[in-house]
Amino acid sequence: MKLDPAIRDQVLATVPSLRAFAISLCGNIDRADDLVQETMLRALAHIDSFEPGTNMPAWLFTILRNLFRSEYRKRRREVEDPDGRYAETLKSHPEQTGRVEFAEFRAALARLPSDQREALILVGASGFSYEDAATICGCAVGTIKSRVNRARTRLADLLAVDSVDDFGPDRATRAVLAGGGRN
Amino acid sequence: MKNRRTANIEEKAVDADKPEAWGPVNPRRSEVRLGREVQARIGQQLRAMYEDFVRQGVPPHIEALVRRLTEQDDGTA
Repeated sequence: MKLDPAIRDQVLATVPSLRAFAISLCGNIDRADDLVQETMLRALAHIDSFEPGTNMPAWLFTILRNLFRSEYRKRRREVEDPDGRYAETLKSHPEQTGRVEFAEFRAALARLPSDQREALILVGASGFSYEDAATICGCAVGTIKSRVNRARTRLADLLAVDSVDDFGPDRATRAVLAGGGRN
Repeated sequence: MKNRRTANIEEKAVDADKPEAWGPVNPRRSEVRLGREVQARIGQQLRAMYEDFVRQGVPPHIEALVRRLTEQDDGTA
């Protein structure tokens, strides 16, 4: 396909943020890159459905988000506690996902339900309006606001606990250690 | 207790004040919730983390893929 270089450049200009969204969603750079690659293939195969002058980032984020959700649903059937597993991955291998200083934050982020996580990232980091985020997620604006609020409160809860002491293997273990005194 | 599998129920704007909406939570939740400092820190960390990823730019293999897909003719020409 021959594509208007201006459109191609818009696609490429969106990739860094699109990829950051993918990494934030799935917590794994390799998987995020696969998602971005798949998004590029889908988007360019259906570039005719993109109306020049409209919001290219929102269009690409919608495609990536839908790909992630369909993969997530598949995995959910296979794995009982995907969020918990991601959290463990993030704590164990911060180098896989970014700088060590963000490991704790990312572990807390990974504990959010995925609908809250995506809403928070889109509005709080990607810089989308509530309206655009609602379009990307295929839901009402009020639902996005509700999810963002719940995500913020839940993160505050997780991080406030975590700041008291080191983020251990899990809360249950820490509670046992605290209750049982010395080991 | 609700869990994350009840996504369709959560769609109906769950009241965040109801403890069952949160699963196991810190009893000091409402206190924490009011902490503007904590919220500011969350926003800051979220953006810093995200920007860290954004700065990594476009992976070469993805740029190559996009260029290859957009610069080639249909093959029918």
